[in-house]
Amino acid sequence: MGIFSYFRSKKSTAQVAKNRLQIIVAHERAQNSGYDFLPRLRQEILLVVQKYVHVELEHINVDVNRDGDCEVLEFNVTLPDSKS
Amino acid sequence: MGKIVVVTSGKGGVGKTTSSASLATGLARRGLQTAVLDFDVGLRNLDLIMGCERRVVYDFVNVIQGDATLNQALIRDKRVENLYILPASQTKDKEALHQDGVAKVLEDLNSRFDFIICDSPAGIEHGALMAMHFADEAIVVTNPEVSSVRDSDRILGLLQSKTVKAKNGEVIKEHLLLTRYDPERVQRGDMLSVEDVQEILAIPLLGVIPESKSVLTASNSGEPVILDEVSDAGQAYSDAVARLLGEELPQRFIHPVKKGFFSRLLGG
Repeated sequence: MGIFSYFRSKKSTAQVAKNRLQIIVAHERAQNSGYDFLPRLRQEILLVVQKYVHVELEHINVDVNRDGDCEVLEFNVTLPDSKS
Repeated sequence: MGKIVVVTSGKGGVGKTTSSASLATGLARRGLQTAVLDFDVGLRNLDLIMGCERRVVYDFVNVIQGDATLNQALIRDKRVENLYILPASQTKDKEALHQDGVAKVLEDLNSRFDFIICDSPAGIEHGALMAMHFADEAIVVTNPEVSSVRDSDRILGLLQSKTVKAKNGEVIKEHLLLTRYDPERVQRGDMLSVEDVQEILAIPLLGVIPESKSVLTASNSGEPVILDEVSDAGQAYSDAVARLLGEELPQRFIHPVKKGFFSRLLGG
């Protein structure tokens, strides 16, 4: 990066490419984290939650996060708006 | 015991075969017994890049199926001592490279060779998985371009989960080989830099091969480009071979060539 790129107002396409890659690669790594049971787990959680509250599959998030040496399996269920 | 090295990428057309041919040739020139294997059943190309397409009699699948011995199928390179090529089959179905057969061939080679270079087909199907399955080390060939980098990341995931080493809890040594690099476009901000790609893939850099006309002219005549010692790509492959053997060399060809006074004057 030279002095000219400093004055250039638009981001370089290489920078755009890098940002896009960082996002998609992080997303895909999470998906392919080695636990291929995660989609099924998500389906089954949906069935359990649906016994009590009406939610759709898209309201359920299952993630594996790494925190140092520790792996955390994280569920997130977004409840629907109670008014509707 | 030899070392099994897979040359892989996920994406096609990034330079796996060119790299396999040159790295194998470079290793053999250093006196190491080297075999280079084409795993691309149905679409063999290594024989063309190595310039031995007219000497193919038997192939990888013939050996696995017991129609030929390994010695009959291995083609001895005419230019470089210690270098042997095992061509892929052109006709048979892809499943013919079954795991037990590949294991047996690699075991045989492993007892006689210092390096076994496995040229992987593109994709993440059977052939690519077989090429990486028994590898000790992996060279991930990547272009500084979004789809190639993404595919390389997928391949790294497979190397860390689907290979014998990974299943035994061991670690495959991974190397990044960045090919078709154009330092001038990088400087202009039109191309991902070597630092960008390294930051995303996070594996050690084996080398940067510059975009070079010599790669095409070398393949035209069936000579691995590493034998073209005056070309930038040839020199870059020689450096990569040295690094593969543990030598530490500074990276060349990652900065634009400074234009001389006259070429600037003439608007070159």
